[in-house]
Amino acid sequence: MALSEQEVLAGLAELIHDETGLPQDQVALDKSFTDDLDIDSLSMMTVVVNAEERFGVKIPDDSVKDLKTVRDAVDFIVKQG
Amino acid sequence: MSESTSVVVTGLGATTPLGSDVPSTWSAVLAGKSGARVLPYEWVERFDLPVKIGAPLAVEPADVLTRQEVKRNDRSSQMSLIAAREAWNDASRDAALEVDGARLGVAIASGIGGVTTLLDAYDTLLEKGPRRILPLTVPMLMPNGPAASIGLEFGARAGVHTTVSACASGSEAIGYGVEMIRSGRADVVIAGGTEAAIHPLPIGGFAAMRAMSTRNDEPERASRPYDKGRDGFVLGEGAGVVVLESAEHARARGAKVYAEVAGVGVTSDGYHITAPEPEGEGVVRAIKTALAEAGLAPQDIVHLNAHATSTPVGDIAEVNGVRAALGPAADSVIVSATKSMTGHTLGAAGAIESIFTILALRDRQAPPTINLDDPDDDIDLDVVKGSPRALPADGQLAAMNNSFGFGGHNVVLILRTV
Repeated sequence: MALSEQEVLAGLAELIHDETGLPQDQVALDKSFTDDLDIDSLSMMTVVVNAEERFGVKIPDDSVKDLKTVRDAVDFIVKQG
Repeated sequence: MSESTSVVVTGLGATTPLGSDVPSTWSAVLAGKSGARVLPYEWVERFDLPVKIGAPLAVEPADVLTRQEVKRNDRSSQMSLIAAREAWNDASRDAALEVDGARLGVAIASGIGGVTTLLDAYDTLLEKGPRRILPLTVPMLMPNGPAASIGLEFGARAGVHTTVSACASGSEAIGYGVEMIRSGRADVVIAGGTEAAIHPLPIGGFAAMRAMSTRNDEPERASRPYDKGRDGFVLGEGAGVVVLESAEHARARGAKVYAEVAGVGVTSDGYHITAPEPEGEGVVRAIKTALAEAGLAPQDIVHLNAHATSTPVGDIAEVNGVRAALGPAADSVIVSATKSMTGHTLGAAGAIESIFTILALRDRQAPPTINLDDPDDDIDLDVVKGSPRALPADGQLAAMNNSFGFGGHNVVLILRTV
């Protein structure tokens, strides 16, 4: 079943909150994972592992480095899902 | 010993089967309460374990820590973080504890390390494959994880260490912290031990050794050091942490001082991987070393918090060692076996029991040993039964805390009022 952008954004916000404690409303499409949300590489990989499970997608390591912003991740997951 | 090398305890912290902090734990100990119960986990029946009892924490770490702190730390690390925060706040009660990070050290032990993280991750590997293993798995399962988490929290840069010596680990960590201060590497050390091993695999392993009590119908009566009916230890979990400080540093900032760590004796048996050396030769040397360091004679020791895990062989070996080391003075030592209440918290035990020893000195009363209904004829020490026993009301007091571990590790700490 196709995932909507809203569903993925909300799910990512929850996973990021779980991992870092960041309020979910701060996880907006235009935010950069490193510069705005202060997510280090280990936390990013934790979010990726949990996102793969939650959305039933596969996010190869080669693609993770291209996911600079929340929008990049949402688009990637929506396309895969 | 010169003033500059004297090491004192200025803060205490713990989370145990008897309470979520030091005051609640200590009042439960003085009241002779047991922390043991039938383990409320589904796996006890699923595996039909021979041991169905244990002494889990009184208060879950998740009730105290943030969700992120719980997710990012193994249970052992969660517990030591709680205890370290309490100890640090306690050390700051009369005067803020301020120390340059380069002069602050950490020595936090664990006997087994992040065993639940390791085994849960293995379950994930089997059920879901390697891509589902979380990236923090390794830093969470490594035995130095608790020490590292505390080091990060308080910005410790003088050295962060983990002593691993099974059930002597917690005491050895305190001894190591004392050495860090004596050698001039640090002014303040956060030291102690933590253990979270209530999981079917460690229980299955200890049960396979026949080291654990199977008194499943009477959990509160199962841990019974020195009693004729003792049949093994009851597995507990918890953490105990103290703030160690050079006496000079503590005095300069006007800190409240609980006690001095006057002597540390560390030896090894070189005898057997698990069995204690029957004559207690290694125990004797550890006690004598600690006495010599403290500049004390056997008759100066008024109280002993014994290792006494409630195993048939171990309890006797310790008594033999104490008697051989102290000679006739052993008769006047007031002995408490507090594992009768906490269960055996393995790598945390030495630290939690050091805290009990310190509080016994502060309050001048030795805690009871519960379940000692029918004392073993071979135990000829003066063991406190029933209710707490008063220690001498006046003068400087010294007490001893024994901890021994599989592998032949012997650690004896001597604590003294200041």
